[in-house]
Amino acid sequence: MDVLLLSRIQFGLTTAFHILFPTLTIGLSLYLVILEGLWFCTKNEMYYRMYRFWVKIFAIHFAVGVVSGITLEFEFGTNFARFSQAVANVFAPLMAYEGMTAFFLEAGFLSIMLFGWKRVSPAVHFLSTCLVAAGASLSAFWIMAANAWMQTPSGYALVHGRFYVTRFWDVIFNPAFPTHLTHMLLASYETAAFAIAGISAWFLLKHRHEAFFRSSLSIALIMAALVAPLQVVVGDFKGQNVARYQPAKLAAMEAHWDTNTQGGAPFVAFAFPNMAAEKNYCEITVPDMLSLLITHSLSGEVRGLKTFPPEDRPNAAVTFWTFRVMAGIGFLLAGVMLWAGLLAIRKHLFDTPLFLKTLVVVQPLGFVATVVGWITVEVGRQPWAVYGLMRTRDSVSPIVAGNVLWSLGMFLILFAALGGSYFYFTLKVLRNGPDADGPATHPDIPPPVSGETETTNAAGLEVAP
Amino acid sequence: MNLIHIWVFLVGLVVILYVMLDGFSLGVGLLFPGAADRAEQDVMVGAIAPVWDANQTWIVFGGGALFASFPMIYTVLFSALYIPLFTFLFGLIFRGVAFEFRANSHKKHVWNRAFFGGSLAAAFAQGVTLGGYIEGIRVKAGMFAGGPLDWLTPFSVMTGVALTAGYMLLGATYLIIKTTGPVQERAYRQAFVAGGAVAFFLCIVGIWTPYHNPEFVANWLSRPRIYGVWVFPALSVASFVLLFRHLKKRSEIQPFIWSLMIFLSAYLALQSAIYPCAILPDISVVEAASQRETLIFMLWGVALILPVVLGYVLYSYRVFRGKIVYGDGYE
Ligand code: HDD
Ligand code: HEM
Ligand code: HEM
Repeated sequence: MDVLLLSRIQFGLTTAFHILFPTLTIGLSLYLVILEGLWFCTKNEMYYRMYRFWVKIFAIHFAVGVVSGITLEFEFGTNFARFSQAVANVFAPLMAYEGMTAFFLEAGFLSIMLFGWKRVSPAVHFLSTCLVAAGASLSAFWIMAANAWMQTPSGYALVHGRFYVTRFWDVIFNPAFPTHLTHMLLASYETAAFAIAGISAWFLLKHRHEAFFRSSLSIALIMAALVAPLQVVVGDFKGQNVARYQPAKLAAMEAHWDTNTQGGAPFVAFAFPNMAAEKNYCEITVPDMLSLLITHSLSGEVRGLKTFPPEDRPNAAVTFWTFRVMAGIGFLLAGVMLWAGLLAIRKHLFDTPLFLKTLVVVQPLGFVATVVGWITVEVGRQPWAVYGLMRTRDSVSPIVAGNVLWSLGMFLILFAALGGSYFYFTLKVLRNGPDADGPATHPDIPPPVSGETETTNAAGLEVAP
Repeated sequence: MNLIHIWVFLVGLVVILYVMLDGFSLGVGLLFPGAADRAEQDVMVGAIAPVWDANQTWIVFGGGALFASFPMIYTVLFSALYIPLFTFLFGLIFRGVAFEFRANSHKKHVWNRAFFGGSLAAAFAQGVTLGGYIEGIRVKAGMFAGGPLDWLTPFSVMTGVALTAGYMLLGATYLIIKTTGPVQERAYRQAFVAGGAVAFFLCIVGIWTPYHNPEFVANWLSRPRIYGVWVFPALSVASFVLLFRHLKKRSEIQPFIWSLMIFLSAYLALQSAIYPCAILPDISVVEAASQRETLIFMLWGVALILPVVLGYVLYSYRVFRGKIVYGDGYE
């Protein structure tokens, strides 16, 4: 095994592990802002308790997100030193700005969010929650700019193998960036909304804390209903952007081998693309559909993969399938929201067990779509590290394979242990459920009057008898 | 030219801020096995729980700033010191999740061990990284050109142990400020021992480093440096004296301040020998720096954003000021 292959495996593995956590925290921080905002305005104790429950999930994911993210920033230097030296002028300031604007904001105010209830006023606490959420989205802004620049470089001059900045505005707002960022933020909101909805539905099916989770579910469903259809639309924009700026990637994603000369290009719905044979096996196609999707005309020309020299082609077998899984999930989740809309109109949202069970089942799909979406983007960019300008094989560090083998082995052990513990603790927090009858531990909430006989308290939580 | 020197100063500032701030968080982790029971462990964790994440963020920003302003240092150093750097990262991972998982766990001893082990790995590996850097790195055509274990020498192992002792000192003196009762009592004793160890190691480093790098001595003795550098060892000696005096007097704030001064003076003495070299023995900061436009673009960020960051980090320290009381976690 060579250094390059091992480094790519390691980078892919560590980013794929990392991205699971920001995806949830970006969305969940927005959800927490909504909850605290509702509590701030209505002073309904239930919202406070909801916040305290969901913030526990947030804290666990945040911790794992932070520690896994730090390694990524170091890997550019340790594993891709040639790449890093070539692009530093252009690429590195984006990461430094991410640290300055986003990570400090998150880390600085997180402690107030978690431990500050008795130490700051409710308004300052609410502000802290908002700033943590803003930090999370800002971090997406910078890191997506950096990644989008690798896809569609602009605002640079290439002199003797080194990139120099000509205009920072063009570097940040490169052609892929707007859809890249929007799609990622929507993915985070969608994934978090479906995760919250799935957990809430599970509690409703078990008839535990029903009022509490009905409320959690409603807010999550409103979020999901806004985002899910929008994601399909933005996904379509992304596809056109890829067709325009990264035609080889599009051809690979769609397993489209030959440029259509007469008539429209067919959309391949199912196939086993084979790179060596330059064709698809077992393919099922829809005539003219690809031309319609990409050019919005039935006979528009779409460039085929064979028009690119073999050494410039990304792997069609991988990108074809990862793209289809993501888009499939996108349509499925949008469909679930359509169903939710119909149920809401008929006021059967919370008492349709099949719907609630569906929510429980689709809950992890947002994470799956996020990871396979990234694999589409990154594998589709190959064989380039900077699209069309710098090859991946020229980007690796001058180190020996043993180094990377060691760190990769450590990551595998570490991620297995961390992933396992993280999963165990998250399930434990969920199983324990929200804190129903403990003291509210907030200075603004009076302690409960003893001797009450109701089975639910003001927060709609069942009180232990 | 001036721009590059501003960035030398800024990166240097961020590095020492990280070392001092995360140093005391890691130090508390190093002293963790000394706690007698659950209550004491909770007090020690509570002392750093609200601040460790922001402290650690300085290395994230430091890494990004180094990458952007001196890409050659970033890439050469990180390829050359691959193993100590990843060990450092693995240590940070364990330390970081131990905080969160410990709070949710019934088997606290597992995460207590992860907390200590992670802090130890991170502190030691950082010291080894420093030693490896001081020893110099083989560079050809702007790229690392040495072997995977070049960094592993008696000298770098010694700097690893020395930095670990230094972090224990910072951790102990920080605990003196934040705690009371038996934890504070123990911290006074630990600070004494760690302070002695640091003094011992600084003497060794002080002799061994110039022996290793004769050019350091030439640098120190060159004009105009000779007029300034004597300040650092003097400051260091004065800080040690004041540290031990205040530990005896049972002062609460001063020992921490003088421990920080020890770190600062050692750091400045080292920097004054290395500068204007970026990678020892012969790559200069000018060669290693990035494009002018990039340095300016970053300077805007630092000038406009960093003061705000410092402001709210200080605010956060203020919010969580005061002693940790037994059995009263944060709510
Ligand atoms: C769309 C969002 C997104 C994407 C694509 C990435 N990250 Fe990330 N990252 C975040 C969103 C995020 C976040 C939400 O802002 C995190 C998670 C938890 C946190 O504290 O910040 C974070 C944490 C985080 C940290 C720790 C920050 C701290 O100590 O506070 C670092 C150093 C990175 N990331 C670096 C990276 C790198 C080098 C990436 C790509 C190669 C990357 N992230 C992909
Ligand atoms: C967070 C979600 C991400 C995932 C899941 C992901 C996944 C991957 C995968 C699978 C590879 C290996 C591709 C291959 O070699 O075939 C890769 C490579 C790489 N990615 Fe990403 N990536 C993500 C985000 C990013 C971001 C945000 C950046 C830059 C800012 C980035 C920069 C790189 C670099 C430098 C490489 C290595 C060089 C290369 O193979 O081209 N990635 N990533
Ligand atoms: C029908 C629905 C969807 C379509 C048509 C679509 C389209 C696309 C396309 C074309 C790309 C690759 C762009 C490139 O290579 O630059 C992409 C990337 C991605 N997709 Fe989707 N997508 C859909 C649904 C989803 C869903 C539901 C999620 C997650 C919840 C998701 C998450 C992602 C992510 C994380 C990336 C990589 C980051 C980015 O480019 O922003 N997508 N999508």
